Amino acid sequence: MLDLPRPREWFKPDPVKHILHHSSYRRTHLRQLEDESIEIIREVAAEFRNPVMLYSIGKDSAVMLHLAMKAFYPSIPPFPLMHIDTTWKFREMIAFRDATAKRLGLKLLTYTNEEGVAAGINPFDYGASTYTGIMKTDALKAALNKYGFDAAFGGARRDEEKSRAKERIFSFRTANHGWDPKAQRPELWRLFNTRIAPGESIRVFPLSNWTEADIWQYIEQENIPIVPLYYAAVRPVVERNGQLIMVDDDRFKFLPGEVVQQKMVRFRTLGCYPLTAAVESDADTLGKIVDEMLAARTSERSGRLIDHDESGAMEKKKREGYF
Amino acid sequence: MVTGASGAELAILLVDARRGIQVQTRRHAFICAMLGIRHVVLAVNKIDLLSYSQTVFETIKSEFAAFSGHFNFHSITAIPLSARYGDNVAAHSAHMPWYHGTTLLGHLENIETGVDLIAAPFRMAVQWVNRPNLDFRGFSGTIASGIVRPGDRLTVAASGAGSTVTRIVTMDGDRPEAIAGDAVTLVLADEIDASRGDVFAAPTDLPDVGEQFTADLVWMSDTPLLPGRAYLFRVGTRTVSGSVTKLKYKVDINNFDHIAADDLGLNEIGHANISLSAAVAFDAYDDNRRTGSFIIIDRVSNATLAAGMIRHGLRRATNVHRQILTVDRAARQKINGHKPAILWFTGLSGSGKSTIANIVEARLAGRGAHTYMLDGDNIRHGLNRDLGFTDADRVENIRRVAEVAKLFADAGLIVLVSFISPFRAERQMARELVEAGQFYEVFVDTPIELCRQRDPKGLYKKADAGKIANFTGISSPYEPPANPEFWVETSDKTPEEAANIVVDGLNALFY
Repeated sequence: MLDLPRPREWFKPDPVKHILHHSSYRRTHLRQLEDESIEIIREVAAEFRNPVMLYSIGKDSAVMLHLAMKAFYPSIPPFPLMHIDTTWKFREMIAFRDATAKRLGLKLLTYTNEEGVAAGINPFDYGASTYTGIMKTDALKAALNKYGFDAAFGGARRDEEKSRAKERIFSFRTANHGWDPKAQRPELWRLFNTRIAPGESIRVFPLSNWTEADIWQYIEQENIPIVPLYYAAVRPVVERNGQLIMVDDDRFKFLPGEVVQQKMVRFRTLGCYPLTAAVESDADTLGKIVDEMLAARTSERSGRLIDHDESGAMEKKKREGYF
Repeated sequence: MVTGASGAELAILLVDARRGIQVQTRRHAFICAMLGIRHVVLAVNKIDLLSYSQTVFETIKSEFAAFSGHFNFHSITAIPLSARYGDNVAAHSAHMPWYHGTTLLGHLENIETGVDLIAAPFRMAVQWVNRPNLDFRGFSGTIASGIVRPGDRLTVAASGAGSTVTRIVTMDGDRPEAIAGDAVTLVLADEIDASRGDVFAAPTDLPDVGEQFTADLVWMSDTPLLPGRAYLFRVGTRTVSGSVTKLKYKVDINNFDHIAADDLGLNEIGHANISLSAAVAFDAYDDNRRTGSFIIIDRVSNATLAAGMIRHGLRRATNVHRQILTVDRAARQKINGHKPAILWFTGLSGSGKSTIANIVEARLAGRGAHTYMLDGDNIRHGLNRDLGFTDADRVENIRRVAEVAKLFADAGLIVLVSFISPFRAERQMARELVEAGQFYEVFVDTPIELCRQRDPKGLYKKADAGKIANFTGISSPYEPPANPEFWVETSDKTPEEAANIVVDGLNALFY
């Protein structure tokens, strides 16, 4: 036999343990998730030369940023935020982004693939896959190279999509940002292997173990500001392939027969406005959003047109360097 | 399974009622016990196919109890289930009136886990030193075990320095206490020396501090464990180099027998002695999963190779104190008129290492340098004659040579080492034994075709005929250096020209 645990006091009544059954020593699941994420975020700041937090303005980014503020308090996070701006985000997202960085006193970098803009790449005339590849994936890789970041935080969660379920918390990327699901490192206890060779990098997902329900409950508990588009309101939308697409500015390209309707809608997830479908809803408070979400039976990403462009779409995008 | 088990507090072992306890069940129970899971549920499923038989259930339950008795599970909860029809999953089954225990979900919702770590002595590894300005200095980390309150004394395990906790800082305000699992920032009363990697502990119940311990290892890589090879060990928030000095046995997972072993392959479990290059604070894994666990990392590929669980510290190093030397290195340098150095010649058999090293030594001696040559063949006839040519023996061979070279360098000599030394990890280990700037790697780069043509000892002929096993370049790998101090390509040079490249680069050694 191995040296198995020696018999100890487990089967005897233990006065210390008896006291510990007091309810104040129970840690809620949100507190456990919060503490785990804080530990991960601190680990990156301590081990990497030049980390960055990818900030996509959505609810997950809002939670991740809130956790980073907690991790280093009373210091501010020792890394900048970076937003990959495709130029097609909802206008309310951009306003919220700038206000958030200002409110928290954080450095915000934005990066746009200017070659893509000059070539007129847009989500109406190009397939979602081509558009995303050029304006998001290529832009992200170029931005990481430009600043020489060796670790990048992302807000992805394992419950979002099946290729993300395979993802580790510390996801290893080759020098050209490739992801090989088979070459990932086992994660034992909280002992993260942060070692990389020059040119290689790590994507870090501190929210890996959170679910959509956890995110909303935590936003409610912590009173975290989020983009107003998550709350139901009357908004101008057109119906396209059974999905409701919001007309956010005058660049919207209508197809024959499409008419703008005013509908009470909200967004479960936020991305580029022509590629992000709204859902009809009257949830205009956090409480109603949580109730609606707990009753939902479809993935939040079902509103993301990019995920359905081709089969195995997400895994393919991840291998190419998408978050 | 090991990865999942390392983070789990409870395991559900699923048993098919028709098949009973399988080898797989025993194996999984063993891994759960080894990884410190203290609560198991024995879920006896498909009981509906056996007419909800109480006899079947009781037989399986007692069979499990018979072999798991010494696994130290705190609770074993056997539940008869039909996952298909939902019997005893969320609600009690009407088909099994004889069963009075809990349902599966009821059990999961009510069981108390995690209290063991709260009851254990206080431990927190410093993750990050928080210094927003000159007026605030806090130590951020996650509490590994125990409870802490302002006013509590704590000790830095490695140095013995002590202080008192004055504040437990979080963004939501200071806390009156924090418990195992909480991510907090502690402010102390005194300006004590502590940084990332240090462990704060309760002064009345300190962890072990040492370089050597025994541990169970689960090997997780295709590249086998080689005792003696230098690896990185991550313990808490510290990463230090070290090696497995002795693999005592591996475990046959099917019957739990111990088997003598020289190496450990993918998914194998073994028990070993570990020796690190620096002292670390640790507890036995059974007492504390957070401060008693470690991972092993490959120095070259950076891959995670193994999970380790510390069983107990080894005390034998504590009574061997290093001698303080009165004639020190600086004094010897003065007498010799040059700095010591190790010139490490690496390359394929027949590449010309020894020939070039001999010329380099003659030139250095001509300048009045004190030199000594360690050559692969003569060392193997003496010091290392007990070693063969397996990977494990090659690693041990180079380790001994590196230690001997270090002693000669300490004596003030310029040591020339001429060994094939095929593995990067071992050359890196030799480099790290001596001070920065003392180690010069000389890569004698000769294409294998040319070596085969020269074949001064007739070895390639034998190897090609299959008469020599593990021959570097043919049946055993050679890992060329990435950044050697000297890269000597020999195909277009005479040995004298090659030696000049090295000698000319060593002027800085002489006063």
